[in-house]
This record gives sequence, structure tokens and C-alpha cells, in this order.
Amino acid sequence: MAEEIIIPEADNQEISINMGPQHPSTHGVLRLVLSLKGEMVQKVEPHCGYIHRGIEKMTESMTYQQIIHLTDRLDYLSAHMNNAAVCLAVEKALDIEVPERVKVIRTIMDELARIASHQLWWCSFGMDLGGLTCFFYGLRDREKILDIFEETTGSRLIQSFYCPGGLMADLNPNFQKKVKDFIVYFRKILPEYDELLSGNIIMMERAKGIGKMSKEDAISYGMTGPSGRGSGFSCDVRKHHPYHAYDKVKFNEVLRTEGDTYSRYMVRIDEMRESMNIIEQLIDNIPAGDFAVKMKPIIKLPEGEYYQRVEAARGEFGVYIISKGEKNPYRMKFRSPNFCNLSALDTLTRGHKIADLVAIGGSLDYVIPDIDR
Amino acid sequence: MPFTFSFYDFTGFTQWIDVTLRGACSPFWAVLWEMVIVGVLFLAFYAVVGLYLVYAERKVCAFIQNRVGPNRVGPYGFFQTIADLIKLLMKEIISIREADKLLFNLAPFIVIITSFLALAAIPFAKGLHPIDLNIGVFYVMAISSMGVVGILLAGWSSNSKYSLLGAMRSGAQIISYELSVGMSLIAICVLAGSMQLSTIVEGQRDLWFIFKGHFPAVTAFIIYMIAATAETNRGPFDLAEAESELAAGFHTEYSGIKFAFFFLAEYMNMFIVASLAATIFWGGWMPLHIPGLESFNHVMDFIPPVIWYVGKTVVIILIMMWFKWTFPRLRIDQLLNLEWKFLLPISLVNILIMAFIVLMGWQIGL
Amino acid sequence: MREIFNYFKSIFFALKSLWTGMKVTGAYFFKPWKIVTQQYPENRKKLKMYERTKGELVMPHNDKNEHQCTACGICQINCPNGTIEVKSVTVETADGKKKKALNKYIYNLGMCTFCGLCVKTCPSDAIVFSNKFEHAVFNKEKLVKTLNKEGSTLKKGAE
Ligand code: SF4
Ligand code: SF4
Repeated sequence: MAEEIIIPEADNQEISINMGPQHPSTHGVLRLVLSLKGEMVQKVEPHCGYIHRGIEKMTESMTYQQIIHLTDRLDYLSAHMNNAAVCLAVEKALDIEVPERVKVIRTIMDELARIASHQLWWCSFGMDLGGLTCFFYGLRDREKILDIFEETTGSRLIQSFYCPGGLMADLNPNFQKKVKDFIVYFRKILPEYDELLSGNIIMMERAKGIGKMSKEDAISYGMTGPSGRGSGFSCDVRKHHPYHAYDKVKFNEVLRTEGDTYSRYMVRIDEMRESMNIIEQLIDNIPAGDFAVKMKPIIKLPEGEYYQRVEAARGEFGVYIISKGEKNPYRMKFRSPNFCNLSALDTLTRGHKIADLVAIGGSLDYVIPDIDR
Repeated sequence: MPFTFSFYDFTGFTQWIDVTLRGACSPFWAVLWEMVIVGVLFLAFYAVVGLYLVYAERKVCAFIQNRVGPNRVGPYGFFQTIADLIKLLMKEIISIREADKLLFNLAPFIVIITSFLALAAIPFAKGLHPIDLNIGVFYVMAISSMGVVGILLAGWSSNSKYSLLGAMRSGAQIISYELSVGMSLIAICVLAGSMQLSTIVEGQRDLWFIFKGHFPAVTAFIIYMIAATAETNRGPFDLAEAESELAAGFHTEYSGIKFAFFFLAEYMNMFIVASLAATIFWGGWMPLHIPGLESFNHVMDFIPPVIWYVGKTVVIILIMMWFKWTFPRLRIDQLLNLEWKFLLPISLVNILIMAFIVLMGWQIGL
Repeated sequence: MREIFNYFKSIFFALKSLWTGMKVTGAYFFKPWKIVTQQYPENRKKLKMYERTKGELVMPHNDKNEHQCTACGICQINCPNGTIEVKSVTVETADGKKKKALNKYIYNLGMCTFCGLCVKTCPSDAIVFSNKFEHAVFNKEKLVKTLNKEGSTLKKGAE
């Protein structure tokens, strides 16, 4: 016979916990204030701003070439894509057509950066779940991409490789060979990721059905990128508003409809495969030509408002420029994917356990400098 | 009594010490001296094993993760953990303002003492067995489950929410996994017909119990491995200190040598659990004997029992490390599900089958 | 019956998936030659950086202690962080014309973000990035460097 359980007043209390700004699983200086009932998360309140650098304000005193190096520092894992957004906006405003070679190289670079970013996400997701070994396997493979980047751009993480009108430098002669080697290598290694984590029963138990987000909610929260596509929201900018050379390559937009942590996870894993497909299609036929068009040393955008979006590794990254015809923008606004994705955290985690919060946070893959700017 | 020493049988050696001491002083002092000798030996043993388990874990995980691991202090980083210990000894012990001072300071000692006590009943080799209790299995289990008191106290007295959550998780976890550990051991006790560890080891003279007991023994072994990993708070069951969720769980607020106590105790518990598994399932110090193969058995007998014991323990420890560095961590409800829905019913049925096998006299090699 | 079957099936699949993972890690454990760690201070001699690696800004001098910088200040204008300060003096050339010449080229490594704009925009290719990456110093002031060497002059014909 079921007896009524009387919960004493003291047991009913909510405790609030500060998770962060220094916490192993907030991936940076994010502070989450949790209201807990036992282990159950009742409410999550993200407090941002611990790494706010005022980048949007700083852009107002910089020329467009100089702004590029700041966009690297938003989402440092998709530095190339962020650069591309500014470059594309400026090129669009000035009505410049960049050479075909630039487009193809930019596409390849973007996709390499996407793979590298997803690899790092896989590392940290595995670590969030407690599987530390994932972390080292992912970093080991990412190193190969960083080497490719270093050889061509001179830096490993914050490359500032694009500039309005083209690229800072031409490709290194070794580039094509190295990329091809990497693809061969990574195609062999990627199944290992699946064996280690994707197919693991503990991981599936912890990710399946956790942090459900319906398509409608995903749209209304503005969740984009793999997080949005995990909920079935077709939001791939590369498909819908092609830029670079994306209209010339064949690739699938990875979509999953479950909307839980596992589907967000699988979207990213599959995206790595798609990215490799894209690179494979382009790497052998990079057209010859200039790596940049000649630009005036001082770029002045005509008066007006410009918006350009690109698909960064974590979602749609947008740049909104208001120009008054000066060499500096009058106002510049970045639409960062992480900020929107983070806003859904409360809805996603409500009623789950702390361990789920960590897993969900990992599946959203936020990068704090991009949230705070 | 003449002095005898052999790597194959320590009985003569230990008895020689006993007789000599009793001849030299009154029985009271003789016992006291024996206790001191054993205590000091154990302290040294504890420190060395604890430190080198930490080192071994770091090396093993490094190899698993494609790294080289500690390699700066001494050759192959052999003295790394000693350097770490010295560092921890010299660190300031931060006192927490609102903490319950007495319990806060007591907790690490409870944890470390329980693991120390459990060591007393482990047979290391023939004749090298501190106390041969007639309920040895029960004793080890009872003592090692005391450790949770220390963990709970640590979590409670730290006055930190992370610590408290970690401690509560740990409480729920250890208390429930205690059952499976016990049940899987009972299955073997049924087979051995005794709870005395020396008898259990002797009973495996012709064949180890894991082979002797058909699949119930294998099942019991697997269950024991899972439950023991959980009981020692190791990954993938390290929820109590899940660093990606609770910073460091119950020992978040500890620093310096008190933190080292927790750390050492964790590794010692792993050692105890592993040597218990080696003793009960794999024959302890008993060499591998296969009935019918006399020459093979003779060759095996040449390897001293201590080596057998250490070898088996190390293999089990390696398996536990392999677990930890492969799997992601479970969630608390899944952890309890695993115990109550899978391990416990299976081990109950397992005991029944085992009892039936013993009753019918179907053991292999009998 | 079906439920019991499913119960055991789930156990079987769980164990199988765990074993798959353990195979991966176990295989690496027995393959120490796959270790990728670089032993940094030991391999310093052999360490080869990529040619384009942006270590720090340097001003190459030839063996006659000449550089190519005309002290035009373009790099200073283009630097987003105010890292570079070009101090010039006005000198009188032999034929009586007044000319700017480089006195001190001050580069603050601590403020440089390695965007590469200075190198890209320099009209006389006077500055390049070197591969040196070991920048740690005990004092912040040591990061402020003078790139032109003592007594160096402008290369003939580089005006
Ligand atoms: S690399 Fe960029 S930040 Fe550094 S000195 Fe040159 S322009 Fe300035
Ligand atoms: S380094 Fe180049 S850009 Fe800078 S002042 Fe000298 S010549 Fe001009």
C-alpha cells in the first residue's frame, strides 16, 4: 500500500550553488548560479561578463583591417570563420569580387577550423562526462590541424589569416599534401571516437533523452549551429545563404530530430565527416590566381548598414556594421552563436541533475569569450 | 628454535621471531614488540605502496592516453610521487572558518585508519599473514565499509555545498555497493566453505576458485570487480569527487597533508580490494595449479608465493585502472539503478546457483 | 518472458559496448611507440619551427649593420595595439637635403597580438617575424625591445 510521504520543511529547501567562475566544467570564466533541490537543478542563472573586453566598442576606433585581429578573439576556436564574416561584410559593402582561389582556400580553411573545433569539443565533452582519455585523443588529432595552420598562417590558434579582399599570404606549398594526409589519417581515427565514446553504454545512458529541446523552442531561442540542428532546426548558413565556395561543393546538412544531448553530440561527429567531404572535393582543384585583390590602404565603407553571417563552428556568426563613411565603423555588432545557445541552458537543464547540467553544457559547447565579447 | 628462512614458506621465519622474542622477555613485552614490528612494517609498506600506486596510475593513464607521464624527477619520473608528497607535506593547511573543526580534522584519519586496518587480514604469502581471523572476509568487508563514515564527515564538516553533495553521493553509493561486494564474496565463501582467508587460499591448491566454480564464480568475479571499483570511489564511479561536476567532491576544502591522506587512502583501498579479489578468486599466493598436469604444477611452484600474490594484485589493479581511464562517469541514479536492478539480483541468483553446485558436488577438479 | 530476454540482452549489449571502448584504450596502452608527446627542453636543438611562425618582430640587418627601414611610420599607424613606436631623427644628407632617418624602433612584445599587419604593410620590407618563441622574462620592461641595432644605418639604395 502506498503511504503518503511527508517531506519535512527542511527537506524541501532549495540550496543555491555558485558554479564558476572558476569551475572545471564551465569551460572558462562563466558563472552559473544553480538552485538545487537535492541534486535536482531547479533553475540555472548564467552570469556572463567575466571576460568582457569591450570588443564591440574597440572596433569603433579601428580600421577594418585592424578589426580582423579582434574577431579572432571572440570565438577563438572558429577564428577563421569570424574573420571571414568581417571580410565578407566589407567586401560586400565595397562590391568587391574576390578571386576564385581565395574563395576555395577560405572554404578549406573554414572547414579545417570546424574540424579542429569539433575535435576540441569532443575532448571537453568527454571530459565533462568524466572520460578523461577522450581529452588526449582529441587534442592529439587537433594538433595535426594546428600544424597545418601554423605552416600556412604562422599561428596556431588566433590566425588573423583573412583580410578584406583576400588572404594575408598565399598557401604554403606543403599545404595540399598535408591536408590530404590529415584526411586519410582522420578518417581512420574517427571510428575510434565512436568506439570510445559514441557507442559507449554509459555515455548513451547519460546523453539520450537528456536536455530535450523541441524545434520550436530551438528557433525561438535562436539556437543555431550543431545545437540547433540537433533539434531539427535547419539553420546551416552554408546551405541556405552560401558564401565562399559552398555553392560549388556537395555536402549534406546534418540534421537530427531528437533534440537531446545525444543528437547534438552526433550532429557534431557527423559534421566532422561532412567537413572532410567538403575538403576532399576542393583540395585537389584549388584554382590558380591571386591570393588577394589590391585594396586601398585605407578602406572606407560607404554610408549604410551591412550584415553578413557565416556558419561558425558553434552556429551562426553575424556581423552588423553601421558605417558613416569613415574609415572606422560607426557601430559594430557581433551576433555570437554562443550567447543565444547559452540562453537556452535554463530551459534545457530544468529538472535534471547536476551531472546532466554538465553534460548539457558540454553539448552546447560554449566558448566564453564569444559570449562576453 | 633454529633460524629458518625461505621464500616459499614464511611460517618458520615468523615463528622464529616469535620464539626468540618470548625467550628474551616476558610475554607481555613480546606481544608488544611484535605489534610494534608489524606496525612499523605496515606503515612503511603503506607509504610505499600508496605512493607507487599513484605513480603507477599516472604512468598507466599516460600510456593509455598516448603520453609519457611523469618523467622529470628521477629516471622515468620514479621519484615524482615522493616529490609530490614532500610538496603536500610543506603546504599550508588552510583552516575553514565555518567548518566543524573537530570533525573536519578527524575525517581524514578515519578514512586512512580504516584502510590501514583492513590491510591486517590480507595474506601476503604462506606464513606472512598478520592476523588469520576465522571470519577474515567478513572483517575486511566490515572495516572497509567504515571508510564511508570518514567521507561523510569530511563532506559534512567542510561546510561547503560541493563537499556535502559529494559526501551524500558517496554515502548512497558505498552503502549500496557494499551489498554486491558482500554477495559476490559470499558466493565464493559458499564454494570454499569458509570465511577464513587462509582456508580459502588453501582450498585453491588444486585449482583457483574462479575456474573451480563454473560460471557463477566468473559472474561473481565480474560483479565483484564492478562493485569494488564503485566502493573505492574510482572512475567510472567516482561521483563523490566528480571533478567536472563538484570541483573535488568531498575533499574540496582539504589542503596539504590532509588532502594527501584522502588521496593515499583511496589508492590503498584500491590495493586492498584488488588483493582481496586476488586472494579469493585467483588463489592469493597460491601458484597456478591445474589438476592432472604434475610437471606444470611443479614449474609453477618454483615461483615464490609472494610473487604470485603481488603479480595477481597488480593485474587486478591494472584492470581497475583500465576501467577508470576508458569510461565516462555514471550519473547517481544510473549508479543506483545498476546496483539495485542488475548487480544485486544477479548476485543473489548467483549465490543460489553456487550453493546448488556445491550441494551437488559439481565443482571442477574435485 | 520477453522482458527477461530484453533484460539479459541489455546486459549483453552494455558489456559489449564497454569492451569496445576498452579495446581502444587497451590497444594504445600496449603501443608506446604511438606516443606523440614532444620532450620540449630536450628536443630544443632539433625543434624546427615552421618558416612562417610568428614568434616576434625583428628587423633584419645585413653584415654591414644596415637595415631597410626608412622610418616612414606606416607600421606604427597600422598596428592596432600601439605596439610599435618609430622614433626618427632628421638628418642632413651630403647634398644638403633634409631627410628622416631611423633613430629607434621600439617594439613592445608584451602588447603585440601577432596580427601581422605591420609586416604586411611595410613598404620596404624592413621587418619580419622571427621564429623565436621563448619569450618568458622576469620583468615586463624586458619585453620592450629596440629592433634596430646600435649604430645601424639605412641600406644604400633602399630609400
Ligand atoms: S603584429 Fe600586429 S600587433 Fe604586433 S606589432 Fe605588428 S601590427 Fe602591431
Ligand atoms: S618598418 Fe617599414 S613601415 Fe615601419 S617605419 Fe620602417 S619602413 Fe616604415
